[in-house]
Amino acid sequence: MKHEVIEKNIGLMIFLIILTISGGFLVEVVPLFFIDETNEPVEGLEPLSAVELEGRDIYIREGCHVCHTQQIRPFRAETERYGHYSVAGEFVYDRPFLWGSKRTGPDLARVGGRYSDAWQRQHLYDPRSVVPESNMPAFPWLFTDKVDHTKTADKLKTLQTLGVPYTDEQIANASEELEGTFEIDALVAYLQQLGTVISEKR
Amino acid sequence: MSTFWSVWISVIVLGTVFGCWWLLYETRKNQTSDSETDRTTGHSFDGIEELDNPLPKWWYYLFVATCVFALAYLALYPGLGNYKGLLGWTQENQWEAEQQIAQARYGELYARYGDTPVEELYTNDDAMQIGQRLFANNCAVCHGSAGRGNIGFPNLTDDAWIYGGDPDSILSTLHNGRAGAMPAMGTMPNMTPTQVDQVVNFVLSYSDRAEDPEAAKKGEQVYAQACAACHGPDGKGNQGIGAPNLTDDAWLYGSTYDWIKDTVVNGRQNMMPAQSDRLSDDQIQILAAYVYSLSR
Repeated sequence: MKHEVIEKNIGLMIFLIILTISGGFLVEVVPLFFIDETNEPVEGLEPLSAVELEGRDIYIREGCHVCHTQQIRPFRAETERYGHYSVAGEFVYDRPFLWGSKRTGPDLARVGGRYSDAWQRQHLYDPRSVVPESNMPAFPWLFTDKVDHTKTADKLKTLQTLGVPYTDEQIANASEELEGTFEIDALVAYLQQLGTVISEKR
Repeated sequence: MSTFWSVWISVIVLGTVFGCWWLLYETRKNQTSDSETDRTTGHSFDGIEELDNPLPKWWYYLFVATCVFALAYLALYPGLGNYKGLLGWTQENQWEAEQQIAQARYGELYARYGDTPVEELYTNDDAMQIGQRLFANNCAVCHGSAGRGNIGFPNLTDDAWIYGGDPDSILSTLHNGRAGAMPAMGTMPNMTPTQVDQVVNFVLSYSDRAEDPEAAKKGEQVYAQACAACHGPDGKGNQGIGAPNLTDDAWLYGSTYDWIKDTVVNGRQNMMPAQSDRLSDDQIQILAAYVYSLSR
C-alpha cells in the first residue's frame, strides 16, 4: 500500500488511527464488561447499606484512597500481612472501585473487623495517640459534622440503575436511616465491612 | 470466559501481532537497498523533499524480534482467551508455589512450636523472636509495641487481667476475641447524679482515693445495687465475664474521678477482634506464649 492512499484520504486515516490505538482497549477492557469473572459477585456479597455508602463517599472525599489501596495482590508477602488476596467478584458493586495505586499507608482491602470500632475512632481522631510513628493526618471534624443525607436516596437509586441490587424499600428508608449520624460513624461502618466477605486463613 | 470473547481476544491479539509484521514487511518491500540512499518519496514542498530511506538492518530485525517474542510469550503464558499457555501459569498457582516454599521452610518449625504448651514455649528464645514479630504485626497497633496498652486497650505487661492471664484464657482471647460491654449506670439505670457521685467515691475508696469520704460511705449501697453483680461484692471483678478488678491500680479507662464518672454515666463498649480467621493455630500458640511472657 502506498502512503499516498492513506495520507490523501483523511477518513481512512482516522479509521486506521482509531483501530490502532484501540487495540489494547478492545482486548484488555471491553471483554471485562461482559464476562462472568468480573460481573458475578462473590458468594455472600451484599450491597453497602446507606450508612456504609455514605461512609464510602466520606472515604473518597477525604482522599483516603490516595494513600491507601484496597487490593491485595496474590503474593505471599501481601497475603501474610493483609489476608486473602482480592478477587474481582468482591468489587462488582463498587462504582468506582477504590483499588488505589499507591501505599503510603497500609492496604485496607481487609481491614474490616481487624480493629475495634473504638480503635478506629481513636485512630481517626488522633492517629499518633495509638500509632506513634504514623504520618496519617487527623480527621477531627468527622466527629462534629453530621452526614449530609439529602442525596443518599438518589445515590442508591443511581446504583440500582447500574445493577446494584438495592430494594425500593432500602432507597425509601435511606435518608431516614442517616438522620443525625455523625460522619465518623458512617466512615467506621464502611471500614468495618471492608473485605469481610472472604475470610480465609492466610 | 465464553467462546465469543475467547475468539474476540485471540483474533485481535494475533491480528495485531501479524498486522505489525505485515506493516513492517510491506513498508520495506519497495526499498531495495538497506544502505542510506537519497531516495525520496517524490514529495517536494517548497524545495523540501521527503526522504524514504530503509531502516537499518539491525533496527528492522529488532522489530521482527519483538513480534517473535510476542508469539512465544502468547504460546507459553495465558494471553489468548481461554488458552492456558504451555507453562500452565496462573496468578493463583504462583501464589500457591510461594506458599509451599514457605511451608517447607517454616511449616515444621511452626508445627513444633504449635504443639508445645504455652508454659514451656515462652522460655524458648527462638519462638519468642517469632512471637515478637507476630505481635508487632498484629497486636502492637492497639496494645503498643511494648504491650503496655493505651486507654481502652489493656496493658499486657502487668498482673491485671480482665479475662484471665493463664495460657488457656489468653488462647481463648486470641482465638475468639472478646466483647466487653459495661452498661451505663450498671444494673441501676435510674441512678441519680448524687448516687453517681457517691458510687464513684466508693470505687475510689478501694484504692484510698475517695474525694468525699462521706459520699463514699453512702456509695457502698449504690455499688451493691448497680455494680456488684459483675464486679463482685468486694470489687475484685470477675474474669469469667470480663468485669475488671476495681481494687488494683490497673485502669483500662483512666483512674481519676472524672474518668470513672464518665465510665459509670456512659458505660463502656470494647472489643478485642478474633484472630482465628487471620492467623494459623500455630501462630496463635506462639503469640499466646509471647503475651504470656510479657508479664513474667
